[in-house]
Amino acid sequence: MLLLLLAVGSLVVGGVAALLAQGSPRWSTLLGAGGAVVGCVLGLIPAGGVLLGQPIQSLRVAWDVPYGAFFVQIDPLSAFFLLPIFGLSALAAIYGAEYMLAYRDEKSAGLSWFFFDLLVASMAMVVVARNAVLFLVAWEVMALTSFFLVTFQDEEESVRGAGWTYLVATHLGTACLLTLFILLGRSTGSLDFDRFTTASGVGLLFILSVVGFGSKAGFMPFHVWLPEAHPAAPSHVSAVMSGVMIKMGIYGLVRILTFLGPLPAWAGWLLIGVGVTSGVLGVLFALAQHDLKRLLAYHSVENIGIIALGLGLGLVGLHVGSPSLAVLGFGGGLLHVFNHAVFKGLLFLGAGSVLHATGTRDLEELGGLLKRMPWTGLTFLTGAMAISGLPPLNGFVSEFLLYLGAFGAVASLASDGAVPALVVIAGLALIGGLALACFTKAFGIVFLGEPRGQHGAHAHEAGPLMRISMQTLAAGCLLIGMLSPLVGRALAPLLEQVTRLPSDRVHLELTHAAGPLGWVTVCALGLIALATALTALRRSALSRRPVDQATTWGCGYARPGPRMQYTASSFAQPLIDLFRPLLGTRQTASPPQGLFPQAASFSTDTPDVYRERLYRPVFGGIDRTLSAFRWLQHGRVQLYVLYIGLTLLVLLVWKLGEP
Amino acid sequence: MSGWADTVLICIVLTSFVLLGSSRLGACIRVVALQGVLLGFLTLAGRQDASSLRAPILALVSTGLKGVVFPWLLFRALRDADVRREVEPFVGYSLSLLIGTAFLAGSLWLAGRLPLPNPTMSPLVVPVALFTMLVGLFLIVSRRKALTQVLGYLVLENAIYAFGVGLVEGTPMVVELGVLLDLFVAVFVMGIAVFHINREFDHIDADQLRTLRDWAG
Amino acid sequence: MSGGSVMPLLLALGLAPLLLGVIIRTKAVMAGRVGQPLLQPYHDLRKLMMKGAVYSRTTSWVFRAGPVVGLAAVVVAAALVPFGAPALVSFPGDLLLFVYLLALARFFTVIAALDTGSSFEGMGASREVTFSALAEPALLLGLATIARTTGSLSLSAMLPHVTGAVWAHGAPPLALVAIALLVVFLAENGRIPVDDPATHLELTMIHEVMMLDHGGPDLAFILYGAALKLWLFGALLIGLALPLHSGHLWLDAGARALGMLLLAVLTGLVESCMARLRLVAVPKLLVGAGVLSVLALLLVLRSSP
Repeated sequence: MLLLLLAVGSLVVGGVAALLAQGSPRWSTLLGAGGAVVGCVLGLIPAGGVLLGQPIQSLRVAWDVPYGAFFVQIDPLSAFFLLPIFGLSALAAIYGAEYMLAYRDEKSAGLSWFFFDLLVASMAMVVVARNAVLFLVAWEVMALTSFFLVTFQDEEESVRGAGWTYLVATHLGTACLLTLFILLGRSTGSLDFDRFTTASGVGLLFILSVVGFGSKAGFMPFHVWLPEAHPAAPSHVSAVMSGVMIKMGIYGLVRILTFLGPLPAWAGWLLIGVGVTSGVLGVLFALAQHDLKRLLAYHSVENIGIIALGLGLGLVGLHVGSPSLAVLGFGGGLLHVFNHAVFKGLLFLGAGSVLHATGTRDLEELGGLLKRMPWTGLTFLTGAMAISGLPPLNGFVSEFLLYLGAFGAVASLASDGAVPALVVIAGLALIGGLALACFTKAFGIVFLGEPRGQHGAHAHEAGPLMRISMQTLAAGCLLIGMLSPLVGRALAPLLEQVTRLPSDRVHLELTHAAGPLGWVTVCALGLIALATALTALRRSALSRRPVDQATTWGCGYARPGPRMQYTASSFAQPLIDLFRPLLGTRQTASPPQGLFPQAASFSTDTPDVYRERLYRPVFGGIDRTLSAFRWLQHGRVQLYVLYIGLTLLVLLVWKLGEP
Repeated sequence: MSGWADTVLICIVLTSFVLLGSSRLGACIRVVALQGVLLGFLTLAGRQDASSLRAPILALVSTGLKGVVFPWLLFRALRDADVRREVEPFVGYSLSLLIGTAFLAGSLWLAGRLPLPNPTMSPLVVPVALFTMLVGLFLIVSRRKALTQVLGYLVLENAIYAFGVGLVEGTPMVVELGVLLDLFVAVFVMGIAVFHINREFDHIDADQLRTLRDWAG
Repeated sequence: MSGGSVMPLLLALGLAPLLLGVIIRTKAVMAGRVGQPLLQPYHDLRKLMMKGAVYSRTTSWVFRAGPVVGLAAVVVAAALVPFGAPALVSFPGDLLLFVYLLALARFFTVIAALDTGSSFEGMGASREVTFSALAEPALLLGLATIARTTGSLSLSAMLPHVTGAVWAHGAPPLALVAIALLVVFLAENGRIPVDDPATHLELTMIHEVMMLDHGGPDLAFILYGAALKLWLFGALLIGLALPLHSGHLWLDAGARALGMLLLAVLTGLVESCMARLRLVAVPKLLVGAGVLSVLALLLVLRSSP
């Protein structure tokens, strides 16, 4: 416990010191990033300890705040979420130290490091808090610090709009959470987590937590802030937000699940429905984007959908009484939380490296960067393979666990367990195929071929600090993929706590899953060996033959040029056309005219369908209704004082006039 | 016996899916005719009393009407109206197929909950009839041309017939023949109506019939 | 779990190009020609291995890695498929590894195609990812139906248990799954009605256009990998459709090999008699295959609650 408090303290101290040293960019970066790294490393130690079997540590200090107490505890669930928080934040801090140097002439890095360190500290507090007041305070600090980080470049209007959307969305979610905690603590009169009861009806509590935590996590249709806020923030902050902050919503949902008792059948169905919608629509919208970071943000929505699918499967397993489905569903979903933090963090850092080198995020302007930025390209490729769920990387492992649970349910359970599993299989298969389409597009258009615009011609590779963080994450993807049987066993204490099944049952199911995972690793090793052998075979076959270089075949065009390459929009066009009713893509085109056309243009734009058709009309309606009351705000001080006086008078007469 | 009934019912389900996904009017008319013939087989498969001639006569009459007469009437209407032989849907074909799958899952679920007597023929009769009814309604709602609405009406009629064959025993033959006569008149009238609509407006887009309304709303 | 035999893998590696030869010969016979010798694909592969290579200046190491990773992934996938005998490697869930190894091969083929910076390869790559995104649910749901019918999750345990008794008990769902798997077989291997392997018009091809810039040993790897993939999907289909289990290794494998040859002849016949579908109609076909798989699974779930 002491180590964790030291870690949080070190983060806070580092942040404040960076703020105080604002004048000197080097000192503020050193203090800010250094404090973050030290704090994160310190914090990883107790987290890893609890996961490896050490007893739960807790600390309770009474507080002056009504109903509040400084009650913190590290149990397996908290420890599991602390790992990505501290791990990814440390690497993002190392990356950011070099990334922020580009802004040192215009912006104050000290302020951004203050907010960054506070963000990491507040996320750690959210995960270990055991009192609702402490939880909400930490949640609010997390929201505010990330708001200030998102609006770092607030001279641009799109960034301001994004920040505003984010602020409104997070506070709507917090309102639901307030209601939820009050309902939970109402009958005992205490807001400590271990004194919560479910007197108010499990169904209502579940829905409130899905809405409240889901808006932070990015479930559809509460996700509209994600594609705005994540691209607007600096890249290392986007990595932390997408990799870790949205998982705080998942943490909250799982924590509430440990309070509620057995849930009705529709709870699992609700999560599966949310998961399929978020997954499929998320990846479809990602396909339709040309902005690299917006594409990655929509992919976060998709992966949150996959996690929701896992949680839903686990709930269905608990409801029908199938321990293997429960363990595999929750295990796959929670492992995907960790895996997504690793590969999404990697992808955002790579996107930041591209932005840093070329100055643009627009896919239609990029191309051919692999030759100039080999390490960024290689790590981005690893991240792209991982997010598409390809063996032998970590994305495949969590999806394999989910599929194994779903197939097992279809093969052996009755309809009320098998039909949700059918939906999960169909959903995961479609999501996997579309994710592969989207990431071949992202990697291929950005890094392969020739540069499509002027921006790529002078790109340079990222500096050493940025490279180190990306390489560490890529190595993590590969390691988790190859060492998957061990990972399965490490999930045991976490799954015991979440599913409340007996410990030997959980261990049995995990051992059943570890066998196939071991064979997957064996096949992966065989794959690597075979690939090496084939490369050697080709080299020996070509050693005595002529090997030449030429230009790509251009089908007889007189002057093939880079602008003739396939663009991102054209690559995604068949899929977007197919799903047009769901996407609402708008096209603006001025076609070529005449016999010798001079110029033509074509552009597509895919605004978020929920934002356009749901939120905008609803908020517009609220705006119109409330503008009828605008005459109350006329700006005259005397009348405001009159309002106060009248209200006081009415209250006095009312209360004193009673016998 | 149950095995044959099962196979015929699955073929009926497949014809409904083909109707949802097909884009040519001629193919749609033929598929509806095939559905009628399959229902004739179902009548034969479900007969209780092997010696009475009621079921074979009924099967013959209904197969004749649905498999020969109705397609002939509809093709004649199509030829006279001389419109483009393509279904023009509000809802795209792939999406219709997916909605059909959802209908199938829904009718399998609902059929388990309906308090109906046990079907004598095969436990699949009620879900398949319910599914065919939903597909018929969907075709009426989601397709533009008046001819496809006639086809949707015919599919609906097929569904109700399937319900009857599967569950009800002992209706007098007169009632059954009366129902078929009703159907015949409806199709005949629809064919004439389609011809006249086209002659008046030069198309058979039922959506455009909205312009006939009185009030300027 | 494991403890299978190496024979399915060896048969696959050895006989896959012969399958291609049979298809081409069938098409030639249907067109009234004599056609090339049955063993011509082997000669083609040998000839390609002895050639030099020309690489485009636009490409990077990804272009050189594409054929290698693609072939390696398909060979490892071949170790998972039974053929008369259990596969070399088998474990619960190996059907998922099979599907995702083929996805890995597809990923590398697509990025190798994008690496050339040519719009033709981009076109083929874009269509390839579209159609396989739609075909994958049909494949996985069909395999889920077979898993439910046989009660096991490993290919080497599922396919040999689809016996005559299983077919007699529940023929309609298995027939629907077989049709869906046939459509997936045609789609994933670029056969008519999804793609035409004989034309070389860039605007109409999918698989053929992605390997336009490869030559020499790279092209040999790609062609061999494509033949192996054809064999593997065919082995799945024959494993489902041919419920013959005598217990003798050679008899079973021989019967299945005969089944594969018949499947190749059937493919050749389909290719000679049908034209390719319009590209906008292919998604409808694939969604239809998916719907058939779902229908089969719902029927199986209903009949055995």
